[in-house]
Amino acid sequence: MLPRLEPRREPSRTMQYLTPLLAVALTMVAGIIVFTAMGHDGLAAMKEIFVTPLTDPNRWQDLGIKGAPLIIIAVGLAIGFRANVWNIGAEGQYVFGALCGTGVALATWGDEGWWILPAMCIAGALGGALYASVPAFLKTRFNVNEILTSLMLTYVAIQLLYYLMNGPWKDPQGFNFPQTRLFETNQLLPTVIPGTLVHLGIPLAIVIAILAWIVLERTIVGYEVRVVGQAPHAARHGGFNSKRTVWLCMLTSGGLAGLAGIFEAAGPFGQMTPQFPVNYGFTAIIVAFLGRLHPIGIIVAGLVLAISYVGGEIAQITIGLPDAATGMFQAMMLFFLLAVDILVRYRIRFGAPAPAGGAS
Amino acid sequence: MAEIHPRLELKGITKRFPGVVANDDVSFNVKPGEIHALLGENGAGKSTLVKIISGVLKADEGEVLWDGAAADIPSPKAARALGIGMVFQHFSLFEALTVQENIALGMDEAVGRRELRKRIEEILETYHLPLDPSREVHTLSVGERQRIEIVRSLIRTPKLLIMDEPTSVLTPQEVDRLFEILRQLSSEGCSILYISHKLHEIKALCETATILRGGKVVADCDPKQETAKSMAELMIGANLKEIERREGTSTGEERLVVEGLSVPGDGPFGTSLKNISFAVKAGEIFGIAGVAGNGQNELLEALAGEIPAPKAEMIRIGGKPVGRMGAGARRRHALAAVPEERNGHGAVPDFSLADNAILTARQRIGLVQSGFIKSASASGSARDVIEMFAVKATGPGATAGSLSGGNLQKYIMGREIMQNPSVLVVSQPTWGVDAGAAAAIHQALVDLAAAGSAIVVISQDLDELLALAGRMAVINEGKLSRTLNVADVSIDEIGLLMGGVHGEDDQGEASHAA
Repeated sequence: MLPRLEPRREPSRTMQYLTPLLAVALTMVAGIIVFTAMGHDGLAAMKEIFVTPLTDPNRWQDLGIKGAPLIIIAVGLAIGFRANVWNIGAEGQYVFGALCGTGVALATWGDEGWWILPAMCIAGALGGALYASVPAFLKTRFNVNEILTSLMLTYVAIQLLYYLMNGPWKDPQGFNFPQTRLFETNQLLPTVIPGTLVHLGIPLAIVIAILAWIVLERTIVGYEVRVVGQAPHAARHGGFNSKRTVWLCMLTSGGLAGLAGIFEAAGPFGQMTPQFPVNYGFTAIIVAFLGRLHPIGIIVAGLVLAISYVGGEIAQITIGLPDAATGMFQAMMLFFLLAVDILVRYRIRFGAPAPAGGAS
Repeated sequence: MAEIHPRLELKGITKRFPGVVANDDVSFNVKPGEIHALLGENGAGKSTLVKIISGVLKADEGEVLWDGAAADIPSPKAARALGIGMVFQHFSLFEALTVQENIALGMDEAVGRRELRKRIEEILETYHLPLDPSREVHTLSVGERQRIEIVRSLIRTPKLLIMDEPTSVLTPQEVDRLFEILRQLSSEGCSILYISHKLHEIKALCETATILRGGKVVADCDPKQETAKSMAELMIGANLKEIERREGTSTGEERLVVEGLSVPGDGPFGTSLKNISFAVKAGEIFGIAGVAGNGQNELLEALAGEIPAPKAEMIRIGGKPVGRMGAGARRRHALAAVPEERNGHGAVPDFSLADNAILTARQRIGLVQSGFIKSASASGSARDVIEMFAVKATGPGATAGSLSGGNLQKYIMGREIMQNPSVLVVSQPTWGVDAGAAAAIHQALVDLAAAGSAIVVISQDLDELLALAGRMAVINEGKLSRTLNVADVSIDEIGLLMGGVHGEDDQGEASHAA
């Protein structure tokens, strides 16, 4: 008998937690099949991508470095997604925020003072928020779809980056390479574990996620976000202003993306280069959904996606997988997650229609 | 007369849902050409039974006989093929398409445009239905929309027409018109299964009635031999409780004053409010009647503050202009509101009752402190409402969506009344609510007025308004009629106002629009 989908009386909580795991498992199975078909050793590839980053202590710090920006951006996006505010342009806000922070770094280059790094971070967050305010304004004033505007602005930010790297901000001593000068020591995020690359942004990512959790669950602002997302009409009835919520969500998600951007520029990069955009802003969308739009879930999901980044690099070196493999895995993960999410609301039944008691 | 098989016969139909038996051994039959009433409260199992007859659901036990032969009705399409037509309470029409396009979409087989047009016009002529097939649906009144659904059914020349609560959206005059059509159909041999809980209609129209209560048939009777009261008692299973009136306080000052309120409608299908004026005294219940879709939702939202008025002076509470304030600010001025739609408007279905308390009671009861939610207070306030208003729920942690319509309505009403509002605006307070809960809600409203609040009740149920309100007005196409005293108003007059015939000064315009 063919399996059938049968609606559940209420969404299954178990499945809500289980489907992200199921999506990861399915991604691995699909990966094995694809890479075997391509002539690689599929099983070994999967082991390199998903297991080696966890078993090799030398790669742990890389997980933190890749995971931190994903977590910070995804937490901001999740707040918006909960309120049905679809900021898809975190990549642009990430770049624009990083550029604003870099601007402060270049303007204070050679200066002394404890305030320089905080000023860079604030400029980064404000820059991201400013960039997100464009779709927020268009949405609230003219009801323009924020998905389109925020996404399109991403490409504007990247072009702006290229322009600045090739012109005004080019390092005078840089042999004409399109990149800025290296930040000074007091402009770099301090490392929290001596002798490693683990910078301050990593513990801050965890702190941000926990703060976001408290705000969402315990404050009236979090309540507003949840109620606007679940029942906009009821939110209006309760006296919540949906435009205010759009602004709140766009500015928060943009600000966090910008903060992640300057953390990345003042952390692993230590300067600004055209290679700066690595799609963290887009991958964070996957992180947000894989983490069930829950800040704590996002910490775990950020780690999973960080594994796929780090593992993808390892597999490139050890078994010569193509560079595109990482992106493919991440896309598959989102694809499978969206697909298996149907199990939250439906159950699979085999055989004849349910007897009495199981009907809609 | 020779033995004739009933058109439709149900034998021992039983249908169980998790936790509830919707139909329990239901048997009755409908003869050819008979107008048969199916009477029962909300939740008595009428809808389930109709879904079984129309092929949407399958019975767990029992059989359906059609013209004397056992019939298997696996799908709505099969039901239509047998000759079963349905007109539901809620229409499924595309607003942006024309009448004819909507009818074409409902056809199982493809029919050419000209051929279809011809058939539609034949039906319109046979039954004297005024309807223009090329009009777009959004330009039509609710009564006209219902005619589309009727034409949709008649185009297949049904042998049995099921009408589910067809009059809840009609004016008294439109109801009379509908009854003429149904009688004509019946005289041509088409059986009609008429589902309602409006007793006087059933007395006027039907030859036999089957009364359901709690999923079981409790009586088969001849409505013409019964009184409305006796049928109501069969339907409810208890003696009807009268509302206790408490007179005396309705002479207070004018608490809520609405003056020249005009609000543009939302989108092409919204209704604009036009120059609405009325005043409600402290201790008074003011009724607003009208056919659905004439601006009731817009009026509730404008009064609640969900849509701000153009000028502050257009709405005054206790003399204070509040027209420009949003819903939250108006609540702080002790205005509470209960919208018609419970799930998703008055309450968030996926939230617990405690979280739903925060939705509208946070300002007046103080459920938020420096931005943080006081969850213990929210649970406590939800528990108080549950106890005071006898809401059947597992506790403050139960989700709003898990409550039955009547219980959720009691919860929402309780939540607002507990805030001790000086003005309460409610829309359709007992829509889809069982009689017991409805009586409790009515009593709560009367008590709140007696305690000195000004109350506005917007309702389609005239009986409800006549029972509760001291004064009332009628809303039609976003305009409010003059204020009427309930004591000396006739149903005919209200009916005319509901149909859009206003007072002397307005008559020309209204008849022109009709």
